[in-house]
Amino acid sequence: MEDQESGIIKKFIYVNRKAPHGTIYAHEALEVVLIAAAFEQDVALAFIDDGVYQLKKGQNTDGIATKNFTKTFGALDMYDVEKLYVEKESLEARGLTEDDLSVEVEVLASQDLKKLFNESEVFFNF
Amino acid sequence: MKFGVLINEGPYQHQASDTAYKFIEAAIEEGHEIYRVFFYHDGVNNGTRLATPPQDDRHIPNRWTELAEKHNLDLVLCVAAAQRRGIVDQGEMERNKKDANNIADKFRISGLGQLIEAGIQADRMITFGD
Amino acid sequence: MLHTINKSPFEKDSLTTCLRYAEKGSSILFIEDAVYGCTKGTQFEKIIQDNQQNVKFYVLGPDLEARGLDNSNLTTNIEIVDYKGFVKLVAENEKTQNWL
Repeated sequence: MEDQESGIIKKFIYVNRKAPHGTIYAHEALEVVLIAAAFEQDVALAFIDDGVYQLKKGQNTDGIATKNFTKTFGALDMYDVEKLYVEKESLEARGLTEDDLSVEVEVLASQDLKKLFNESEVFFNF
Repeated sequence: MKFGVLINEGPYQHQASDTAYKFIEAAIEEGHEIYRVFFYHDGVNNGTRLATPPQDDRHIPNRWTELAEKHNLDLVLCVAAAQRRGIVDQGEMERNKKDANNIADKFRISGLGQLIEAGIQADRMITFGD
Repeated sequence: MLHTINKSPFEKDSLTTCLRYAEKGSSILFIEDAVYGCTKGTQFEKIIQDNQQNVKFYVLGPDLEARGLDNSNLTTNIEIVDYKGFVKLVAENEKTQNWL
């Protein structure tokens, strides 16, 4: 794709704050991440507030007749998207721990996740 | 400065499209360049040719067409989001064997790569959504 | 860094989340329904006041006016800007995070 020639590499952060399935934001945001992988940028995903629910284990959408896009989070490392951060306060507020999550993430308190924000250049919110 | 704009919501349902419009108008007046306006999620519904809002209300899709015409803006509807929501241009109509197309003038349908490219090339990226 | 918030803090937690991430020296701009969060006498007044030593708060004037609000309704030290002011804030800050 065109921009691999320009050689510009920016630090992208995808800020995920919405729960999956009730709205399409989580699903379509993940589609952006997958397409973006081809552009070889520096990509990080932050899961904050209800966004942490996107990574919960054991989701089965058969009964609600929607696509279970959350399975795709497991394939992110194949796209070289490995920097997944989950906000500690958001997990705890929801009675969740790292063990409840379906993929390998780094759990960070907001005061540490803040540093990622400060280092990022392009912010995508959905 | 070059601005990239992402609009995540459709016309009327949320203020996002209106705020984006006012922001872009002001940015142009201030001498900035709008690198691209990318419409995602329900934002693709801003690109329908078939809206008939009440006469005493703003016509959001037409307003975008007019602004794009005046300032040569690149208005891009995400192809995947547009396919899901039935916003169709001639090419999509033929490719997906639909019996009509409905894209508004000055909009084009393209891939998510256009959003990423805007993120790379623009100096600033702003998102309007819900 | 510039943070924008567009949802009412009575509807959504974006303001409280934003304040976890706004560093000293950053700016927060309230737009759309978030402008209700800037008014006097709300449960958010204290947290805004407490953060004012670190963060500069702005509110989009046309969104205030649309909602029947003006300077007299606002808590202290919130600067009203128009769309040009919004553009300037984006241009002057190297990064923009739009909390939805």
